Amino acid sequence: MSDNNLRGVWAIYKFELARFRRTFWTSLVLPVLTTALYFIVFGSAIGSRMGEVGNVSYGAFIIPGLIMLSMFTESISNSSFGIYMPKWTGTIYELLSSPLSAFETVLAYVGAAATKSVIIGLIILATSTFFIQPRVDHPVLMLGMMILIAIAFCLFGFIIGIWARNFEQLQVIPLLVVYPLTFLGGAFYSITMLSPFWQTLTLFNPVVYLISGFRWTFFGEGDVSIGVSMAALAFFLALCLAVIFWMFRTGYRLKS
Amino acid sequence: MAILDIRGLSKTYASGTSALSDIDLSIERGEIFALLGPNGAGKTTMIGIICGLVTPSGGTVIVDGEDFRKSYRRVRRKIGLVPQELHTDAFEKVIHTITFSRALFGKPANPAFIEQLLRDLSLWDKRHAQVQELSGGMKRRLMIAKALSHEPDILFLDEPTAGVDVELRRDMWRMVGSLRERGVTIILTTHYIEEAEEMADRVGVINGGKLILVEEKHALMQKLGKKRLTLNLDEPLASVPPELAKWDLQLAAEGRELVYEFDAKAEHTGVPSLLRCISDLGIGFSDLNTRQSSLEDIFVELVRRKDAA
Repeated sequence: MSDNNLRGVWAIYKFELARFRRTFWTSLVLPVLTTALYFIVFGSAIGSRMGEVGNVSYGAFIIPGLIMLSMFTESISNSSFGIYMPKWTGTIYELLSSPLSAFETVLAYVGAAATKSVIIGLIILATSTFFIQPRVDHPVLMLGMMILIAIAFCLFGFIIGIWARNFEQLQVIPLLVVYPLTFLGGAFYSITMLSPFWQTLTLFNPVVYLISGFRWTFFGEGDVSIGVSMAALAFFLALCLAVIFWMFRTGYRLKS
Repeated sequence: MAILDIRGLSKTYASGTSALSDIDLSIERGEIFALLGPNGAGKTTMIGIICGLVTPSGGTVIVDGEDFRKSYRRVRRKIGLVPQELHTDAFEKVIHTITFSRALFGKPANPAFIEQLLRDLSLWDKRHAQVQELSGGMKRRLMIAKALSHEPDILFLDEPTAGVDVELRRDMWRMVGSLRERGVTIILTTHYIEEAEEMADRVGVINGGKLILVEEKHALMQKLGKKRLTLNLDEPLASVPPELAKWDLQLAAEGRELVYEFDAKAEHTGVPSLLRCISDLGIGFSDLNTRQSSLEDIFVELVRRKDAA
Protein backbone atom coordinates (compact mmCIF):
# COMPACT_ATOMS: atom_id res chain seq x y z
CA MET A 1 0.00 0.00 0.00
CA SER A 2 1.50 3.33 -1.04
CA ASP A 3 2.47 5.73 1.73
CA ASN A 4 0.29 8.59 0.58
CA ASN A 5 -3.38 9.33 0.26
CA LEU A 6 -3.85 11.14 -3.03
CA ARG A 7 -7.43 9.89 -3.26
CA GLY A 8 -8.16 11.67 0.00
CA VAL A 9 -6.50 14.85 -1.29
CA TRP A 10 -8.50 14.68 -4.51
CA ALA A 11 -11.75 14.07 -2.58
CA ILE A 12 -11.29 17.25 -0.51
CA TYR A 13 -10.16 19.22 -3.56
CA LYS A 14 -13.28 18.20 -5.50
CA PHE A 15 -15.50 18.83 -2.47
CA GLU A 16 -14.17 22.37 -2.10
CA LEU A 17 -14.51 23.15 -5.80
CA ALA A 18 -18.06 21.80 -5.71
CA ARG A 19 -18.83 24.37 -3.00
CA PHE A 20 -17.39 27.02 -5.33
CA ARG A 21 -19.84 25.90 -8.02
CA ARG A 22 -22.75 25.83 -5.58
CA THR A 23 -22.02 29.39 -4.46
CA PHE A 24 -21.52 30.63 -8.03
CA TRP A 25 -23.06 34.08 -7.47
CA THR A 26 -21.11 35.01 -4.36
CA SER A 27 -17.92 33.17 -5.32
CA LEU A 28 -17.54 34.30 -8.88
CA VAL A 29 -20.07 36.83 -10.07
CA LEU A 30 -19.76 39.14 -7.06
CA PRO A 31 -15.97 39.72 -7.29
CA VAL A 32 -16.20 40.20 -11.05
CA LEU A 33 -19.06 42.65 -10.68
CA THR A 34 -17.23 44.55 -7.93
CA THR A 35 -14.12 44.76 -10.09
CA ALA A 36 -16.13 45.93 -13.07
CA LEU A 37 -17.54 48.72 -10.91
CA TYR A 38 -14.00 49.71 -9.87
CA PHE A 39 -13.01 49.84 -13.53
CA ILE A 40 -16.00 52.00 -14.37
CA VAL A 41 -15.48 54.40 -11.46
CA PHE A 42 -11.68 54.56 -11.13
CA GLY A 43 -10.61 53.43 -14.58
CA SER A 44 -13.06 55.19 -16.85
CA ALA A 45 -14.81 58.00 -14.93
CA ILE A 46 -11.96 59.24 -12.72
CA GLY A 47 -9.08 57.68 -14.66
CA SER A 48 -9.90 59.59 -17.82
CA ARG A 49 -9.23 62.83 -15.90
CA MET A 50 -5.90 61.59 -14.53
CA GLY A 51 -2.60 61.55 -16.29
CA GLU A 52 -0.33 58.57 -16.79
CA VAL A 53 1.41 56.81 -13.92
CA GLY A 54 4.92 56.25 -15.21
CA ASN A 55 4.38 55.39 -18.85
CA VAL A 56 1.05 53.66 -18.21
CA SER A 57 -2.47 55.04 -18.42
CA TYR A 58 -4.25 55.14 -15.05
CA GLY A 59 -6.89 52.67 -16.24
CA ALA A 60 -4.24 50.09 -17.13
CA PHE A 61 -2.21 50.93 -14.02
CA ILE A 62 -4.94 49.84 -11.60
CA ILE A 63 -5.52 46.42 -13.27
CA PRO A 64 -2.83 44.55 -11.25
CA GLY A 65 -3.98 46.28 -8.06
CA LEU A 66 -7.61 45.33 -8.67
CA ILE A 67 -6.65 41.73 -9.39
CA MET A 68 -4.60 41.63 -6.19
CA LEU A 69 -7.41 43.24 -4.16
CA SER A 70 -9.85 40.52 -5.21
CA MET A 71 -7.33 37.70 -4.98
CA PHE A 72 -6.22 38.63 -1.46
CA THR A 73 -9.74 38.68 -0.10
CA GLU A 74 -10.94 35.65 -2.08
CA SER A 75 -7.89 33.57 -1.18
CA ILE A 76 -8.26 34.28 2.52
CA SER A 77 -12.00 33.86 2.52
CA ASN A 78 -12.04 30.60 0.52
CA SER A 79 -9.37 28.78 2.44
CA SER A 80 -10.36 30.04 5.88
CA PHE A 81 -13.97 29.06 5.22
CA GLY A 82 -12.85 25.70 3.82
CA ILE A 83 -11.15 24.58 7.04
CA TYR A 84 -13.41 26.50 9.43
CA MET A 85 -16.64 24.87 8.22
CA PRO A 86 -15.66 21.30 9.22
CA LYS A 87 -14.64 22.72 12.60
CA TRP A 88 -17.97 24.51 12.94
CA THR A 89 -20.14 21.60 11.81
CA GLY A 90 -18.03 19.06 13.69
CA THR A 91 -17.22 17.03 10.57
CA ILE A 92 -13.53 17.74 11.25
CA TYR A 93 -13.55 14.48 13.23
CA GLU A 94 -13.58 12.64 9.92
CA LEU A 95 -10.63 14.63 8.58
CA LEU A 96 -8.57 14.16 11.73
CA SER A 97 -9.28 10.43 11.90
CA SER A 98 -8.48 9.89 8.22
CA PRO A 99 -5.11 8.65 6.90
CA LEU A 100 -4.15 12.10 5.58
CA SER A 101 -0.87 13.76 6.49
CA ALA A 102 -0.76 17.42 7.48
CA PHE A 103 0.88 18.21 4.14
CA GLU A 104 -1.87 16.41 2.21
CA THR A 105 -4.58 18.20 4.19
CA VAL A 106 -3.03 21.60 3.44
CA LEU A 107 -2.42 20.63 -0.18
CA ALA A 108 -6.10 19.75 -0.62
CA TYR A 109 -7.66 22.79 1.06
CA VAL A 110 -5.10 25.38 -0.04
CA GLY A 111 -4.87 23.85 -3.52
CA ALA A 112 -8.64 24.15 -4.00
CA ALA A 113 -8.79 27.67 -2.60
CA ALA A 114 -5.81 28.80 -4.70
CA THR A 115 -7.41 27.30 -7.81
CA LYS A 116 -10.52 29.38 -7.18
CA SER A 117 -8.46 32.53 -6.59
CA VAL A 118 -6.43 32.10 -9.77
CA ILE A 119 -9.64 31.53 -11.74
CA ILE A 120 -11.07 34.74 -10.29
CA GLY A 121 -7.84 36.62 -11.00
CA LEU A 122 -7.82 35.49 -14.62
CA ILE A 123 -11.51 36.34 -15.04
CA ILE A 124 -10.91 39.82 -13.65
CA LEU A 125 -8.02 40.23 -16.08
CA ALA A 126 -10.32 39.13 -18.90
CA THR A 127 -13.05 41.48 -17.63
CA SER A 128 -10.62 44.41 -17.77
CA THR A 129 -10.32 43.96 -21.52
CA PHE A 130 -13.90 45.24 -21.82
CA PHE A 131 -12.74 48.57 -20.38
CA ILE A 132 -9.11 48.92 -21.36
CA GLN A 133 -6.44 47.19 -23.40
CA PRO A 134 -4.23 45.59 -20.72
CA ARG A 135 -0.51 45.30 -21.21
CA VAL A 136 1.34 42.29 -19.83
CA ASP A 137 5.10 42.43 -20.49
CA HIS A 138 5.92 39.17 -18.67
CA PRO A 139 2.89 36.87 -18.98
CA VAL A 140 4.60 33.71 -17.71
CA LEU A 141 6.02 35.52 -14.70
CA MET A 142 2.65 37.20 -14.15
CA LEU A 143 0.91 33.81 -14.06
CA GLY A 144 3.59 32.36 -11.79
CA MET A 145 3.37 35.27 -9.40
CA MET A 146 -0.41 35.14 -9.45
CA ILE A 147 -0.29 31.45 -8.44
CA LEU A 148 2.31 32.01 -5.71
CA ILE A 149 0.44 34.98 -4.25
CA ALA A 150 -2.79 32.95 -4.30
CA ILE A 151 -1.05 30.10 -2.47
CA ALA A 152 0.51 32.47 0.07
CA PHE A 153 -2.79 34.15 0.92
CA CYS A 154 -4.64 30.83 0.94
CA LEU A 155 -2.09 29.57 3.47
CA PHE A 156 -2.72 32.74 5.48
CA GLY A 157 -6.47 32.13 5.23
CA PHE A 158 -5.97 28.53 6.33
CA ILE A 159 -4.24 29.80 9.46
CA ILE A 160 -7.13 32.17 10.14
CA GLY A 161 -9.62 29.31 9.61
CA ILE A 162 -7.86 27.16 12.20
CA TRP A 163 -7.43 30.07 14.59
CA ALA A 164 -11.01 31.39 14.37
CA ARG A 165 -13.48 30.31 17.04
CA ASN A 166 -16.47 32.00 15.41
CA PHE A 167 -17.60 33.64 12.18
CA GLU A 168 -16.69 37.11 13.40
CA GLN A 169 -13.08 36.10 13.96
CA LEU A 170 -13.13 34.56 10.50
CA GLN A 171 -13.96 37.97 9.01
CA VAL A 172 -12.05 40.32 11.26
CA ILE A 173 -8.53 39.98 9.79
CA PRO A 174 -9.54 40.05 6.10
CA LEU A 175 -11.82 43.05 6.60
CA LEU A 176 -9.98 45.06 9.24
CA VAL A 177 -6.38 44.29 8.32
CA VAL A 178 -5.89 42.92 4.81
CA TYR A 179 -8.44 45.11 3.03
CA PRO A 180 -7.10 48.44 4.39
CA LEU A 181 -3.49 47.34 3.84
CA THR A 182 -4.33 46.54 0.22
CA PHE A 183 -5.95 49.92 -0.34
CA LEU A 184 -2.99 51.64 1.29
CA GLY A 185 -0.48 49.33 -0.41
CA GLY A 186 -0.56 50.88 -3.84
CA ALA A 187 -3.52 49.10 -5.40
CA PHE A 188 -4.78 52.36 -6.88
CA TYR A 189 -1.67 54.52 -6.84
CA SER A 190 2.08 54.40 -6.94
CA ILE A 191 3.71 55.13 -3.63
CA THR A 192 5.97 57.58 -5.48
CA MET A 193 2.89 59.85 -5.56
CA LEU A 194 3.12 60.16 -1.77
CA SER A 195 5.21 62.54 0.30
CA PRO A 196 8.58 61.13 1.46
CA PHE A 197 7.24 60.55 4.99
CA TRP A 198 4.24 58.53 3.80
CA GLN A 199 6.42 56.70 1.26
CA THR A 200 8.70 55.53 4.07
CA LEU A 201 5.75 54.58 6.24
CA THR A 202 4.11 52.67 3.40
CA LEU A 203 7.22 50.55 3.00
CA PHE A 204 6.27 48.92 6.32
CA ASN A 205 3.11 47.63 4.64
CA PRO A 206 3.98 44.11 3.39
CA VAL A 207 1.24 44.23 0.77
CA VAL A 208 3.17 46.97 -1.08
CA TYR A 209 5.82 44.44 -2.10
CA LEU A 210 3.30 41.97 -3.47
CA ILE A 211 1.30 44.51 -5.48
CA SER A 212 4.49 46.14 -6.73
CA GLY A 213 5.93 42.81 -7.83
CA PHE A 214 2.74 41.80 -9.57
CA ARG A 215 2.55 45.19 -11.29
CA TRP A 216 6.15 44.75 -12.43
CA THR A 217 5.12 41.63 -14.39
CA PHE A 218 2.64 43.83 -16.28
CA PHE A 219 4.67 46.94 -16.99
CA GLY A 220 8.26 46.09 -16.12
CA GLU A 221 8.28 48.66 -13.34
CA GLY A 222 7.07 48.81 -9.74
CA ASP A 223 7.43 50.74 -6.52
CA VAL A 224 10.18 48.40 -5.34
CA SER A 225 12.47 46.13 -7.32
CA ILE A 226 11.16 42.75 -8.49
CA GLY A 227 13.89 41.00 -6.50
CA VAL A 228 12.70 42.58 -3.25
CA SER A 229 9.10 41.69 -4.12
CA MET A 230 10.03 38.06 -4.79
CA ALA A 231 11.98 37.89 -1.52
CA ALA A 232 8.99 39.32 0.39
CA LEU A 233 6.70 36.77 -1.23
CA ALA A 234 9.08 33.92 -0.39
CA PHE A 235 9.29 35.14 3.21
CA PHE A 236 5.51 35.36 3.53
CA LEU A 237 5.13 31.84 2.10
CA ALA A 238 7.75 30.44 4.45
CA LEU A 239 6.21 32.18 7.46
CA CYS A 240 2.72 30.82 6.71
CA LEU A 241 4.08 27.31 6.16
CA ALA A 242 5.98 27.47 9.45
CA VAL A 243 2.87 28.56 11.36
CA ILE A 244 0.76 25.81 9.76
CA PHE A 245 3.45 23.23 10.51
CA TRP A 246 3.37 24.33 14.15
CA MET A 247 -0.44 24.21 14.24
CA PHE A 248 -0.53 20.62 13.00
CA ARG A 249 2.36 19.51 15.17
CA THR A 250 0.71 20.83 18.32
CA GLY A 251 -2.88 20.26 17.21
CA TYR A 252 -3.59 23.95 17.95
CA ARG A 253 -7.38 24.45 17.84
CA LEU A 254 -7.68 21.25 15.84
CA LYS A 255 -7.28 18.57 18.47
CA SER A 256 -8.06 18.43 22.16
CA MET B 1 -2.77 -11.48 18.74
CA ALA B 2 -5.04 -8.71 20.00
CA ILE B 3 -6.31 -6.38 17.28
CA LEU B 4 -6.07 -3.46 19.70
CA ASP B 5 -3.53 -3.23 22.48
CA ILE B 6 -3.47 -0.17 24.72
CA ARG B 7 -0.68 0.30 27.24
CA GLY B 8 -0.30 3.07 29.82
CA LEU B 9 -2.58 5.45 27.96
CA SER B 10 -3.07 8.74 29.74
CA LYS B 11 -4.39 12.20 28.99
CA THR B 12 -4.00 15.30 31.10
CA TYR B 13 -5.42 18.52 29.67
CA ALA B 14 -3.60 21.84 29.83
CA SER B 15 -5.92 22.85 32.68
CA GLY B 16 -4.44 20.00 34.72
CA THR B 17 -7.56 17.84 34.50
CA SER B 18 -6.67 14.18 34.20
CA ALA B 19 -9.10 12.61 31.73
CA LEU B 20 -7.37 9.24 31.43
CA SER B 21 -4.90 7.60 33.72
CA ASP B 22 -2.66 4.67 32.83
CA ILE B 23 -5.17 2.65 30.81
CA ASP B 24 -4.21 -0.90 29.79
CA LEU B 25 -6.62 -2.78 27.58
CA SER B 26 -6.52 -5.50 24.93
CA ILE B 27 -9.32 -6.13 22.48
CA GLU B 28 -9.51 -9.40 20.59
CA ARG B 29 -10.26 -9.60 16.90
CA GLY B 30 -13.97 -9.97 16.17
CA GLU B 31 -15.22 -9.28 19.67
CA ILE B 32 -17.78 -6.73 20.80
CA PHE B 33 -16.45 -4.72 23.70
CA ALA B 34 -18.65 -2.36 25.68
CA LEU B 35 -17.07 0.47 27.59
CA LEU B 36 -19.34 1.67 30.36
CA GLY B 37 -18.93 4.70 32.52
CA PRO B 38 -20.74 7.78 33.80
CA ASN B 39 -20.50 11.15 32.04
CA GLY B 40 -16.96 12.50 32.06
CA ALA B 41 -15.46 9.10 32.86
CA GLY B 42 -13.02 9.27 29.92
CA LYS B 43 -14.78 7.03 27.37
CA THR B 44 -14.86 9.54 24.53
CA THR B 45 -11.33 10.76 25.31
CA MET B 46 -10.03 7.21 25.00
CA ILE B 47 -11.75 6.69 21.66
CA GLY B 48 -10.59 10.13 20.53
CA ILE B 49 -6.95 9.27 21.21
CA ILE B 50 -7.11 5.98 19.31
CA CYS B 51 -8.81 7.66 16.34
CA GLY B 52 -6.45 10.66 16.18
CA LEU B 53 -8.79 13.35 17.51
CA VAL B 54 -7.06 13.82 20.85
CA THR B 55 -3.32 13.99 21.53
CA PRO B 56 -2.39 11.62 24.35
CA SER B 57 -0.11 12.67 27.21
CA GLY B 58 1.46 9.22 27.37
CA GLY B 59 1.15 5.57 26.47
CA THR B 60 0.98 3.52 23.31
CA VAL B 61 -1.75 2.09 21.13
CA ILE B 62 -0.97 -0.87 18.87
CA VAL B 63 -3.55 -1.62 16.19
CA ASP B 64 -3.19 -4.97 14.46
CA GLY B 65 0.52 -5.00 15.34
CA GLU B 66 1.26 -1.41 14.27
CA ASP B 67 1.91 1.69 16.36
CA PHE B 68 -0.90 4.23 15.97
CA ARG B 69 1.53 7.14 15.57
CA LYS B 70 4.34 5.64 13.52
CA SER B 71 2.00 3.84 11.12
CA TYR B 72 -0.93 6.23 11.38
CA ARG B 73 -1.98 5.80 7.75
CA ARG B 74 -2.31 2.02 7.90
CA VAL B 75 -3.82 2.16 11.37
CA ARG B 76 -6.46 4.75 10.49
CA ARG B 77 -7.48 2.85 7.37
CA LYS B 78 -8.45 0.00 9.69
CA ILE B 79 -10.58 2.13 11.98
CA GLY B 80 -14.08 3.52 11.55
CA LEU B 81 -15.57 6.01 13.99
CA VAL B 82 -19.17 6.89 14.71
CA PRO B 83 -19.01 9.89 17.04
CA GLN B 84 -21.59 10.70 19.65
CA GLU B 85 -22.82 13.88 17.99
CA LEU B 86 -24.53 13.98 14.59
CA HIS B 87 -21.83 15.84 12.66
CA THR B 88 -22.88 16.05 9.02
CA ASP B 89 -22.62 18.28 5.98
CA ALA B 90 -26.22 19.45 5.87
CA PHE B 91 -26.25 20.48 2.21
CA GLU B 92 -24.54 17.40 0.80
CA LYS B 93 -26.44 14.55 -0.81
CA VAL B 94 -26.35 11.26 1.07
CA ILE B 95 -24.59 9.38 -1.74
CA HIS B 96 -21.95 12.11 -2.10
CA THR B 97 -21.14 12.27 1.59
CA ILE B 98 -20.66 8.49 1.70
CA THR B 99 -18.44 8.37 -1.39
CA PHE B 100 -16.47 11.32 0.01
CA SER B 101 -15.84 9.43 3.26
CA ARG B 102 -14.62 6.38 1.38
CA ALA B 103 -12.25 8.44 -0.77
CA LEU B 104 -10.98 10.36 2.27
CA PHE B 105 -9.67 7.07 3.62
CA GLY B 106 -7.90 6.36 0.34
CA LYS B 107 -10.22 3.64 -0.91
CA PRO B 108 -11.01 3.41 -4.64
CA ALA B 109 -14.61 4.02 -5.67
CA ASN B 110 -16.86 0.99 -5.32
CA PRO B 111 -20.46 1.89 -6.21
CA ALA B 112 -21.71 -1.68 -5.65
CA PHE B 113 -20.35 -1.71 -2.09
CA ILE B 114 -21.79 1.72 -1.34
CA GLU B 115 -25.18 0.65 -2.69
CA GLN B 116 -25.20 -2.47 -0.51
CA LEU B 117 -24.12 -0.45 2.52
CA LEU B 118 -26.90 2.07 2.02
CA ARG B 119 -29.43 -0.72 1.44
CA ASP B 120 -28.30 -2.48 4.63
CA LEU B 121 -28.87 0.73 6.55
CA SER B 122 -32.19 1.49 4.82
CA LEU B 123 -30.79 4.66 3.26
CA TRP B 124 -30.68 3.68 -0.41
CA ASP B 125 -34.04 5.33 -1.14
CA LYS B 126 -32.67 8.55 0.36
CA ARG B 127 -29.39 8.53 -1.54
CA HIS B 128 -30.24 11.66 -3.52
CA ALA B 129 -31.70 13.53 -0.53
CA GLN B 130 -29.74 16.28 1.17
CA VAL B 131 -28.49 15.30 4.61
CA GLN B 132 -30.53 18.08 6.22
CA GLU B 133 -33.72 16.40 4.94
CA LEU B 134 -33.06 13.21 6.94
CA SER B 135 -34.67 12.42 10.27
CA GLY B 136 -32.51 12.07 13.39
CA GLY B 137 -32.55 8.29 13.14
CA MET B 138 -31.55 8.39 9.48
CA LYS B 139 -28.71 10.77 10.26
CA ARG B 140 -27.50 8.33 12.91
CA ARG B 141 -27.54 5.56 10.29
CA LEU B 142 -25.75 7.86 7.87
CA MET B 143 -22.98 8.36 10.42
CA ILE B 144 -22.61 4.60 10.64
CA ALA B 145 -22.58 4.29 6.85
CA LYS B 146 -19.82 6.91 6.64
CA ALA B 147 -17.77 5.05 9.25
CA LEU B 148 -18.21 1.76 7.38
CA SER B 149 -17.67 3.20 3.91
CA HIS B 150 -13.94 2.39 3.90
CA GLU B 151 -14.52 -1.17 5.16
CA PRO B 152 -12.74 -0.86 8.53
CA ASP B 153 -11.67 -3.83 10.65
CA ILE B 154 -12.46 -1.98 13.88
CA LEU B 155 -15.54 0.12 14.46
CA PHE B 156 -15.86 2.56 17.33
CA LEU B 157 -19.43 3.41 18.25
CA ASP B 158 -19.58 6.27 20.71
CA GLU B 159 -23.05 6.24 22.24
CA PRO B 160 -24.58 4.88 19.02
CA THR B 161 -28.16 4.83 20.21
CA ALA B 162 -28.24 8.01 22.27
CA GLY B 163 -31.54 9.74 21.61
CA VAL B 164 -32.91 7.20 19.15
CA ASP B 165 -36.21 5.41 19.49
CA VAL B 166 -36.59 1.82 20.64
CA GLU B 167 -37.19 0.43 17.16
CA LEU B 168 -34.07 2.04 15.74
CA ARG B 169 -32.08 0.87 18.74
CA ARG B 170 -33.14 -2.69 18.01
CA ASP B 171 -32.16 -2.17 14.33
CA MET B 172 -28.75 -0.97 15.46
CA TRP B 173 -28.25 -4.01 17.61
CA ARG B 174 -29.13 -6.25 14.66
CA MET B 175 -26.70 -4.33 12.48
CA VAL B 176 -23.92 -4.67 15.04
CA GLY B 177 -24.61 -8.39 15.14
CA SER B 178 -24.29 -8.68 11.38
CA LEU B 179 -21.05 -6.66 11.44
CA ARG B 180 -19.61 -9.05 13.96
CA GLU B 181 -20.51 -11.95 11.65
CA ARG B 182 -18.39 -10.22 9.01
CA GLY B 183 -15.45 -10.16 11.41
CA VAL B 184 -15.57 -6.48 12.37
CA THR B 185 -14.32 -5.77 15.88
CA ILE B 186 -16.68 -3.41 17.65
CA ILE B 187 -15.95 -1.16 20.58
CA LEU B 188 -18.93 0.75 21.87
CA THR B 189 -19.57 3.17 24.65
CA THR B 190 -23.06 3.44 25.95
CA HIS B 191 -25.19 4.77 28.73
CA TYR B 192 -27.74 2.05 28.10
CA ILE B 193 -26.56 -0.87 30.17
CA GLU B 194 -29.10 -3.13 28.50
CA GLU B 195 -27.31 -2.39 25.25
CA ALA B 196 -24.07 -3.78 26.64
CA GLU B 197 -25.98 -6.64 28.20
CA GLU B 198 -27.59 -7.42 24.84
CA MET B 199 -24.54 -7.15 22.58
CA ALA B 200 -21.18 -7.21 24.32
CA ASP B 201 -18.84 -10.15 24.74
CA ARG B 202 -16.79 -8.26 27.29
CA VAL B 203 -17.43 -5.22 29.38
CA GLY B 204 -15.06 -2.57 30.67
CA VAL B 205 -16.04 -0.10 33.35
CA ILE B 206 -14.26 3.24 33.38
CA ASN B 207 -14.66 5.92 36.01
CA GLY B 208 -12.63 9.02 36.78
CA GLY B 209 -10.28 8.21 33.88
CA LYS B 210 -9.39 4.81 35.29
CA LEU B 211 -10.38 1.44 33.94
CA ILE B 212 -11.71 -0.19 37.06
CA LEU B 213 -12.79 -3.49 35.60
CA VAL B 214 -12.61 -5.56 32.40
CA GLU B 215 -14.50 -8.80 32.41
CA GLU B 216 -16.30 -11.24 30.18
CA LYS B 217 -19.94 -10.20 30.42
CA HIS B 218 -21.45 -13.47 31.64
CA ALA B 219 -18.58 -14.08 34.05
CA LEU B 220 -19.03 -10.58 35.42
CA MET B 221 -22.71 -11.07 35.95
CA GLN B 222 -22.08 -14.40 37.63
CA LYS B 223 -19.23 -13.13 39.73
CA LEU B 224 -20.67 -9.86 40.89
CA GLY B 225 -24.36 -10.49 40.26
CA LYS B 226 -26.59 -11.10 43.22
CA LYS B 227 -30.07 -12.50 43.55
CA ARG B 228 -32.81 -10.59 45.21
CA LEU B 229 -35.69 -12.30 47.02
CA THR B 230 -38.79 -10.16 47.53
CA LEU B 231 -41.64 -11.23 49.80
CA ASN B 232 -45.01 -9.49 49.41
CA LEU B 233 -46.31 -9.25 52.98
CA ASP B 234 -49.93 -9.66 54.01
CA GLU B 235 -49.59 -6.89 56.60
CA PRO B 236 -47.09 -4.02 56.42
CA LEU B 237 -44.22 -3.97 58.91
CA ALA B 238 -43.00 -0.81 60.63
CA SER B 239 -39.50 -2.24 61.00
CA VAL B 240 -37.56 -5.43 60.44
CA PRO B 241 -38.02 -7.70 63.49
CA PRO B 242 -34.78 -8.16 65.47
CA GLU B 243 -35.04 -11.94 65.00
CA LEU B 244 -34.35 -11.37 61.27
CA ALA B 245 -31.32 -9.14 61.80
CA LYS B 246 -28.74 -11.70 60.66
CA TRP B 247 -30.18 -11.69 57.09
CA ASP B 248 -29.72 -7.91 56.73
CA LEU B 249 -33.19 -7.47 55.24
CA GLN B 250 -34.62 -4.27 53.79
CA LEU B 251 -38.19 -3.06 53.87
CA ALA B 252 -39.68 -1.65 50.70
CA ALA B 253 -43.05 -0.44 49.37
CA GLU B 254 -43.95 1.24 52.68
CA GLY B 255 -43.29 -1.91 54.66
CA ARG B 256 -45.25 -4.21 52.37
CA GLU B 257 -42.16 -5.88 50.86
CA LEU B 258 -39.31 -7.60 52.58
CA VAL B 259 -36.16 -7.76 50.43
CA TYR B 260 -33.23 -10.13 50.86
CA GLU B 261 -30.11 -10.02 48.67
CA PHE B 262 -27.99 -13.15 48.52
CA ASP B 263 -25.24 -14.84 46.56
CA ALA B 264 -26.96 -17.53 44.50
CA LYS B 265 -23.73 -19.51 44.11
CA ALA B 266 -22.99 -19.64 47.82
CA GLU B 267 -23.17 -23.00 49.58
CA HIS B 268 -25.71 -21.63 52.04
CA THR B 269 -27.91 -18.94 50.56
CA GLY B 270 -29.83 -18.49 53.80
CA VAL B 271 -33.18 -18.60 51.98
CA PRO B 272 -34.67 -21.77 53.58
CA SER B 273 -33.73 -20.67 57.12
CA LEU B 274 -35.09 -17.18 56.46
CA LEU B 275 -38.42 -18.55 55.27
CA ARG B 276 -38.63 -20.85 58.33
CA CYS B 277 -37.90 -17.95 60.68
CA ILE B 278 -40.50 -15.75 58.99
CA SER B 279 -43.04 -18.54 59.35
CA ASP B 280 -42.13 -19.01 63.04
CA LEU B 281 -42.67 -15.28 63.63
CA GLY B 282 -46.13 -15.57 62.07
CA ILE B 283 -45.37 -13.06 59.30
CA GLY B 284 -47.64 -13.94 56.40
CA PHE B 285 -46.81 -13.30 52.76
CA SER B 286 -48.94 -13.70 49.67
CA ASP B 287 -46.20 -13.97 47.04
CA LEU B 288 -42.47 -14.18 46.60
CA ASN B 289 -40.15 -13.67 43.63
CA THR B 290 -36.44 -13.72 42.92
CA ARG B 291 -34.50 -11.65 40.39
CA GLN B 292 -30.92 -11.84 39.19
CA SER B 293 -29.24 -8.43 39.41
CA SER B 294 -28.70 -6.81 36.02
CA LEU B 295 -25.53 -5.42 34.53
CA GLU B 296 -26.91 -2.02 35.44
CA ASP B 297 -27.08 -2.99 39.13
CA ILE B 298 -23.49 -4.22 38.93
CA PHE B 299 -22.33 -1.09 37.13
CA VAL B 300 -23.98 1.25 39.62
CA GLU B 301 -22.49 -0.73 42.50
CA LEU B 302 -19.00 -0.67 40.97
CA VAL B 303 -19.07 3.06 40.35
CA ARG B 304 -20.50 3.69 43.82
CA ARG B 305 -17.72 1.63 45.41
CA LYS B 306 -15.06 3.45 43.35
CA ASP B 307 -16.46 6.86 44.29
CA ALA B 308 -16.57 5.87 47.93
CA ALA B 309 -12.95 4.63 47.87
